[in-house]
Amino acid sequence: MKNIFSKHHLADQDIEQFIGLQLRYGVLLSSFIVLVGGIVYLIQSGSMPLPHYQLFIGEKGGLNTGSAIWHGATAMQAKGIIQLGVMVLIATPILRIMFSLIGFILEKDRLYIGITLIVLSVMMFSIFGGLKV
Amino acid sequence: MTILTFTLLLLAGAYLAGLVGSLTGLGGGVVIIPLLTLVFHVDIRYAIGAALLASIANSSGAASAYVKEGITNIRLGMFLEIATTIGAVVGALIAVYTPTNTIAILFGSILLFSAAMTLRKKNQEALLVGSPAANKLKLNNSYPTKDGEVSYHLKNVGAGFSIMTVAGIFSGLLGIGSGALKVLAMDSTMHIPFKVSTTTSNFMIGVTAAASAVVYLQRGYMDAGIAFPVVLGVLAGAFTGSKILPGMDARVLKYIFCTAIAFVAVEMIYNGYNHKF
Repeated sequence: MKNIFSKHHLADQDIEQFIGLQLRYGVLLSSFIVLVGGIVYLIQSGSMPLPHYQLFIGEKGGLNTGSAIWHGATAMQAKGIIQLGVMVLIATPILRIMFSLIGFILEKDRLYIGITLIVLSVMMFSIFGGLKV
Repeated sequence: MTILTFTLLLLAGAYLAGLVGSLTGLGGGVVIIPLLTLVFHVDIRYAIGAALLASIANSSGAASAYVKEGITNIRLGMFLEIATTIGAVVGALIAVYTPTNTIAILFGSILLFSAAMTLRKKNQEALLVGSPAANKLKLNNSYPTKDGEVSYHLKNVGAGFSIMTVAGIFSGLLGIGSGALKVLAMDSTMHIPFKVSTTTSNFMIGVTAAASAVVYLQRGYMDAGIAFPVVLGVLAGAFTGSKILPGMDARVLKYIFCTAIAFVAVEMIYNGYNHKF
């Protein structure tokens, strides 16, 4: 049973506080980037007619890879900046898994180091596994 | 319609979606898809991309508060995330071979189920003795209540894990958090007190959605012009919701919302059946 005075519990609490902060700042950072990109987008093309969203063009729309988004954002293109914010948003929970892993390593909890590594590998498979087709 | 008008209308709609989603616990994603497809006639694939982003924003924003309060069971969340992330990847793969009309029908059915789940009786009792698997996996824990720390144990780990895989598949296929299925697995099957199950489910939604979101981003489902108002609107709405929720009685709202959601669900199924997607 869990002893509330043990070192383990302290580490547990610390890492929980840290994860809470990391999630909050991740969301704040991504919404800030999306907001900046959105304002630029509206200034540049707010008065233009709406794209045909009823037709799906998918990959032909571009900005669907990390490097394309990064190039777009650093060239200060509105859509590139928004997509960079989107990437930060998607990365926030993934980063959370990594911080949980560090937490379990500090606690020397082998079982959960293993479990977290499995979740992380599924994530990496999803990112780099070429599943887009 | 100009881009500016569309953005402002969608921003307002996403704000309401985030507000209602957080007040009822259904999450913003389930409202975003019908809003985009039925109201703005956006292709359901763009709607799914946007809904995934709404789910991640909602989940991460709310989880940051719950985790600090110590209600969320992080070990349980991590263990079940094996099931939901594998499910989500499988769902995102199946999605390529699934006609959009079928997706609309499935979405409507899950929506009806979610509405029903929101109105059901919740499990408040903490189980005193857990199953051997729950002990071995260190899933039993305690959470703070008004009357001090309450410890709870859980059972049916295998069944819960299986339902979580299904929840992950739906999440990957439809772009929603599948909160209702997650709560079904934890609350009804594993006998976890509902406060723990709802916060842990919410905690997991971000990771589950991210697992399929990266695939959808690569497939071009995420359009910047749609993502921008949706992410900001849902976040602002969810934030307002979390501020006013403690001071209000959400019961009446829940009934009204679940009835409304049921109508939307039927319309999605009807349109899907008539091949309008």
